[in-house]
Order: sequence, then structure tokens, then C-alpha cells
Amino acid sequence: MPTPILMPALSPTMEQGKLAKWLKKEGDKVASGDAIAEIETDKATMEVEAVDEGTIGKIMVAEGTEGVAVNTPIALLLGEGEDAAALKSYGAEPPQPAPAKAAQDAEPVKVEKANGAPAAAPQANGHNGHDGGRVFASPLARRIAKDAGLDLAAVKGTGPHGRIVKHDVEEAKAFGAAKPAAAAAPAQTGGALVPQRLAAAIPDDQIIAMYEKGTYELRPLDNMRKTIAMRLTQATQTIPHFRLFVECEIDTLLEARQRINMRSPKDGQPGAFKVSVNDFIVKALGLALQRVPDANATFTERGILLHKASDVGVAVAVEGGLFTPVIRGVEKKSLADISNEVKDLAERARKRRLAPHEYQGGTTAVSNLGMFGVDNFDAVINPPHATILAVGRGEKRAVVKGNQIVVATTMGCTLSCDHRVVDGALGARLLQAFKGYIEEPVTMLA
Amino acid sequence: MAEAYDVAVIGGGPGGYVAAIRAAQLGLKTVVIEREHLGGICLNWGCIPTKALLRTAEVLRLAQHGAEFGIKAEGLSFDLGKIVARSRAVANKLASGVAYLLKKHKVTVIDGTARLKAKGVVAVAGKDGKPLADVEAKHIIIATGARARVLPGLEPDGKLVWTYKEAMVPPSLPKSLLVVGSGAIGIEFASFYNALGVKVTVVEIVDKILPFEDDEISALARKSFEKQGMTIHTGAKVDMLEKGKDSVKATLALKDGKTQIAEFDRVIVAAGIVGNVENIRLEELGIKTDRTHIVVDEFSRTSAAGVYAIGDVAGPPWLAHKASHEGIICVEKIAGRNPHPLNVRNIPGCTYSHPQVASIGITEAMAKKDGREIKVGRFPYQGNGKAIALGEPEGLVKTIFDAKTGELLGAHMVGAEVTELIQGFGVAKTLETTEAELMETVFPHPTLSETMLESVFDAYGRVIHI
Repeated sequence: MPTPILMPALSPTMEQGKLAKWLKKEGDKVASGDAIAEIETDKATMEVEAVDEGTIGKIMVAEGTEGVAVNTPIALLLGEGEDAAALKSYGAEPPQPAPAKAAQDAEPVKVEKANGAPAAAPQANGHNGHDGGRVFASPLARRIAKDAGLDLAAVKGTGPHGRIVKHDVEEAKAFGAAKPAAAAAPAQTGGALVPQRLAAAIPDDQIIAMYEKGTYELRPLDNMRKTIAMRLTQATQTIPHFRLFVECEIDTLLEARQRINMRSPKDGQPGAFKVSVNDFIVKALGLALQRVPDANATFTERGILLHKASDVGVAVAVEGGLFTPVIRGVEKKSLADISNEVKDLAERARKRRLAPHEYQGGTTAVSNLGMFGVDNFDAVINPPHATILAVGRGEKRAVVKGNQIVVATTMGCTLSCDHRVVDGALGARLLQAFKGYIEEPVTMLA
Repeated sequence: MAEAYDVAVIGGGPGGYVAAIRAAQLGLKTVVIEREHLGGICLNWGCIPTKALLRTAEVLRLAQHGAEFGIKAEGLSFDLGKIVARSRAVANKLASGVAYLLKKHKVTVIDGTARLKAKGVVAVAGKDGKPLADVEAKHIIIATGARARVLPGLEPDGKLVWTYKEAMVPPSLPKSLLVVGSGAIGIEFASFYNALGVKVTVVEIVDKILPFEDDEISALARKSFEKQGMTIHTGAKVDMLEKGKDSVKATLALKDGKTQIAEFDRVIVAAGIVGNVENIRLEELGIKTDRTHIVVDEFSRTSAAGVYAIGDVAGPPWLAHKASHEGIICVEKIAGRNPHPLNVRNIPGCTYSHPQVASIGITEAMAKKDGREIKVGRFPYQGNGKAIALGEPEGLVKTIFDAKTGELLGAHMVGAEVTELIQGFGVAKTLETTEAELMETVFPHPTLSETMLESVFDAYGRVIHI
């Protein structure tokens, strides 16, 4: 059977769009992830990616067609071993123009308190409330989700074609569904996860009433947003944060970086690498944790977990939120290995293809906004981490050395600490060790 | 000059050849190195030829019961030579089929014995023992299978004490037979020889036959075998074998502590298997083994990068279909696909005795041990029209559900054709259906499969035909 490729919803509210351009033609082979068409809405133009591999058997909606309803088949994909004859068996339907539907009322999004799972919109007959698409889930997964009060739309399926299976629901139950945001594991404070309200103290109705209807667009919360809201609210409410700031000189590091990268095998060749300043930071933080092992810790009410390996998270901004994949055993990895691993994890994070074990755990994280020209900032700790290092940009600045004003490249680093486990002096020693490695990168070899 | 491949598979059994074909389908340049015969034990000396033998037993049994069906068949006899010849012909036909399939998929086949030489290099010795060109491959899959376990004092000699291999090609029919071990292999041979009129005694060290099956099913099967004339000792073992000229004197230590000495023409030792881990030079590449099995992860990766192990050599369950499936998953992972690891609890097991036994998932005892709240359904063949019409009223279908979620935890069956029926529950388990979908499924009438539906109904107090 050929697989229909459906008109995607580019945003939760999208109902129709224009098929702007076909990037593939009939007969072209596509692999999973290949861009096959461009879709235009009033807001954006986006590429449609192939989910499966196969051959474009038939294009059903011509280039330039406007008002193509979401979920209308726009093309047929032939699988392995299928030829064009298979198309005949598929009753090709003409595209349906989107029904003219009254604009959605800006109704407040209902937020349910869910136990153990992020608050989620009530499930509407197994339909995904976000894009109107059908949720594919096994009967057993459906039943377990229903009994647990879990919204299946919030669960990522790992079964064939993304079908939600028992394992997915059980994982969602255990860790809180969706959990795409920075902090994956539940905070260690209170045993069972306390139901959390996502929004501020003012009731939603009152907030919404303050703005005139029609002057805004209501974007429903997706699961990543819900999780970020919940976890970070929890983090700021339960973790006593304090911050330590240092300025690191990085001229030596920049030079080392250049020399290291010059020795990389050519791009695309085995073992090729391109080490970034951030990779040095990850490595230095990992080594600093080994030097100051008391800071390599996690707070729980049953005791402080003192970790052996330095597992360092790296915050990665993705469309609509962020992930913090964790690099394990940083102290034992080379810069090139760290660099390639970060690259791989970041790339998959952007495609939302990380496995939970790849972003859970760790004791600290690096959040770097230097590339946006930010000089200095501080970050919120991702539970269950003990610290997070916020890194600003490296800039040439005037510094005083031996009564002389000289030019040096400096980078502002702010360490946020969980005071329950990392006290001021301990945090300072960690930051000092970190600064030592950054300013004299050759000492990382010792 | 070494030939370079993407994938080299050591062993052409149901794990190896299936892995090779899948690899070829995925565009990988693939070679299979087989030391004896394509198709492995399964096709040549296992699953397939024994099914041919058991079919003979079935035909004979039906003929013997002909009168019951209004058929007059007098002076029945059989020709052992032809029975064995048919079994061999069936095996040979399938083995040549494997050669054809590999050729069709452009998989290179090397007749020889492989050894790991270095990372990504396999040394091959030809059938004459002389070295052939090395094979270079990015990925090496070890699929060397297993062989019968030898118990001290019960070493097979090929004449009086047999393994499965001699038992499959008997030159003459023994009058009495001792079968050591009551797993699928032991029971199938016991069933075959019993059908041909051999006086069969089965000795099992565990306190039930077919030790992996549900207690209730195992007990029913035992009752049926005993009714057919088999002697079965469970919780017993063979202490000593004294070989005579054309018979063996066995000292059996029975459950009640008594010792029994009995004489048998032949002995079949079917007390488990051991993996073929020797002479591959696993140690050289630091590949971890656990007793006689290679240690692998859920995608069949060994402790050495680029080396994989599938099938019997990678541990239980020792089933051809497990090997094949592992092969497919392993290769898909190699090719960068995203396969799902094999769920051991979704692998059915079948024993082709009379009556047949088949099961999937966990037993009632295991479910209780897990502390689960369960619902158990039972439906006997006596309540099934097709079973009565077939003259096969002996049988039971037992289903076990998680009381809370409706998950089908296990299905256990004994009776005619249950080996063909069990896949229905396999599909159900893989698709994660609950009792509700099973109850909504329309099973055709009249079929034996209706017993499956009724068993599900029974688990929820809704059985119709009891």
C-alpha cells in the first residue's frame, strides 16, 4: 500500500495552507528527513520532511494550490518493492478545500492538575488536541493512559510509525509525560511529584481579561512549554539559588583551539573535529568537578548523592524550547570526542530525537548565550542539578595587568548554585578550578 | 588479498542466513561463511526434519485410528528407511532453497570455518583445512549456533547413546528408548518413537515435563503422553549408564529417593544445549562470554565494537525464530535503521508432540510470583465443535491477563494444531491488544481458533460454550 503524505500542521492552530513548491517530483527517491515540499502559511514558509523512505509515487496537490486543509493527502509515497501499479489500488482523493470555519474564540486554555504528569488538556476522544491529527496508540497504551489520567497527545510514541506503546506510557507515567525540557527528572524534593500550577498567581481568566480580544493570538501550550514552565517554576521555588561571577581570559584558549583544529583530519574524514570554545568550557567544568568533588552532587532529602563521573549537560535551544543533553564522563573524554558528541546530541535535540537517557541526570549544565552577543547572565538550575554555568561572549576588553592597561579577550561566566548542596565557598572553589583550566588550557592535560 | 565486505556472517543457520538476506536487502555487501551446511541445525538436523518425522507419526496414528472415522485399514506397517529418507529429502530440499535465496540476494557464500583474526578481519579455513583468503568486514555477526550439552557419564557415542542427530536417522528401530531431558527436543523424539511402538521412558530432572511451560499445560501433556504408553519420571535423573553390546543399563535416581535399574536399547540425551563459542578466537578481540554464550546487548552487540552475536550462541531462548528475528534487528541497527529490540516475552515456543504444546508470554506461576493481580481463562477442546469433528477432543487453551490493565500476559495451549494457533496471540501481544479487542475479534466458525476467543471470554466470566 502506498503511504499518503499528509498536509502538515505547521503550528497548532493551522487549519490550511498553501502548497508553495514541490522540492521533489514523481519518481524521486526520498529518505527520511528529506525536504520534499514547501508549505506557506500567513506566518511562515516551512519545509515538509519525509517521515519514511520511499519513492514519490504521485503528487496529488499541485504546486501553488492555496487553502489545502491540514491532513489532506498531498502525495503518495511508494515503499520498498512497491511500483506504480500500487497507486491504482489507492483511491486518490482530490484535495479538500478547508472548511470555512469561524475563527477560534480565544478561550482560555484549560489547565488540569495532573498527578505525576505535566498538566495537560483533557483528552478528547483520543484525538490530539494540538493539531487535530489522530493519535496512534496501542489499545493497552490507551487503557493505561486513561487509568493514569495521562493525555496521550503528550506522549511520544516509539512504536512502528511513532505508535504509542505500553512502554511509552509507562515511561511517561514514571517521568512525567513529554519531559522535553531542560529538567527531565522530577525534582528530588518531595517524593511524589506535587501537582503544580503552570501559570502565575493571578488566575488565567483575569490575565486574559486584561487584554482586549483580537489584539493577541493565543498559542496553546505544547508539552515542551508546559514542562519548561513547570520544572523551572519548581526550580526557582524550591532551590535556593545564589550566583558567583568570574571573568576568564581566553586568549590562550583561543590560540590552543586554533592549533588543535588545524590538526583535525579533513572535514568528512574519519576522526574529523572542530572544537568550539564551548567544548573547552564543558571539558573544563567536568575537570573542575573532579577537582572539587563535593560540588559534583545532587540534593535529596534522603542524603546528598556524590557522583563519581562528571556528567555535564549542554543547553541546546530548539524550535519552541530547549533540551539539555548530557555528556557523560567528561573528565575521561578528549575535546574532539566531546565536540563531536555535543554536535550529534544537539543535532538530534533539534529534531527532537533524543532518547530520555540522553537528557536525564547529570549534576551541572552549561548554558552559553555568547553567540547572541550577551556579555553576562545567570541561569536557572535544572533540577536535579546542583549548579549551572551561564557563559557570555568572549570580547576584547581593556584589563589592568601590573598597572598597565592591556587588551585581553575575556568571557564572563556565572555559576548558579543550589545552596542546599553547594555552599558559597564550595561554589567559589569550583569556579576557581574552572577558571584555572580555561585560562591555562594546557593544564587540562595534567 | 582480503575481500572487503560490509557484513560478514559466521554461520548460515536460521539466524545467519536471515541476517545476511536482510543485510543484502539494505544494500550491504554481505558474505556468509558456513562450515557445514546452509540452513544450520534447524533445517538440516533440527526443526524441519523432525517435523517430517512427526508428520509420519501423525499419519500412522490417524491410520491406526481409522476405524473411528469409518476407515478400514488392516495390516498396517511402516518402513523406517523410507520414513528417514523422507525426512532427509525434506531437509535437503530446504537447505538448497537457502543456497538459492542467498544467491538471489547476491550474498557471497564461503564454505569454510571462520575465526576472528583482528578487528574487522576474519580468517577462513577451507573444508580441507587449508587457509582461504581473509575476509574483511566492517561488521562481523557471529551466528555459530549451539550443540547438544554433554552430561558427565552420559556422553553420546553415536551408537547406543544418541544425540538429536543420530536419533533423527535411526538405522533400525529400538524396542525401548530412554530419553534424558523433557524439553521440546526430548519430548518430540519421545513422541515420535512412542508412536512407532517403541517403549519410551522419559527422565526429567525438574519436577515437571516441558519445564518452561505452564504447570497446568505441562501436567495435561504428561497425562496424555502417559495414556499413550510413555513412562515419565520427573524430579529424577540418570545416575549411571552401563553400556552393553546392544543395550544400555541405566541407573535412575527417582523422585522418591529410590533407585531403579532398567535396560534400554538406546538412549537419547536431550538435556539442553551449549553455545558454539570455541575456536572463533573470541578472547583475542576481548569478547565477553557468560558460560557458553556470548554476552550481547539488546541489539546483539558484543563487548567488541563491530562484532555481534545472534541466535543460540547469544543465549536463550534457543529458538530458530528468535535467531532469525535477532538477525534482522542486528542488521537493521548496523544499517542505521531504528529497529525495536526483541521482547523475549513475545516469542512463542512450540513443541510438536502429540498433543502439541505452544505458548507465549509468562506462565500463571510467573505472573503470581511477580505479584500481579491476574485473570485466568481456560477453555477445553471438548467444548469446540471443530475439535470434536477432527476427533481431537483433548486440549486446553489458557490465557492470563493483567487484571488491572487487560494486558495479555501469557497464553498456553495444548492440543491439536496449537502450534499453528499461537501466532494469533503473538500478534495480539505485539500489537498490545487488551481483552476488549480480542473479544471484539470475530473468530471463524468452526475452527480450533474459537477456543482462543472462548478462553479470553472465560477469563472475564463470559465464556459461552461451557
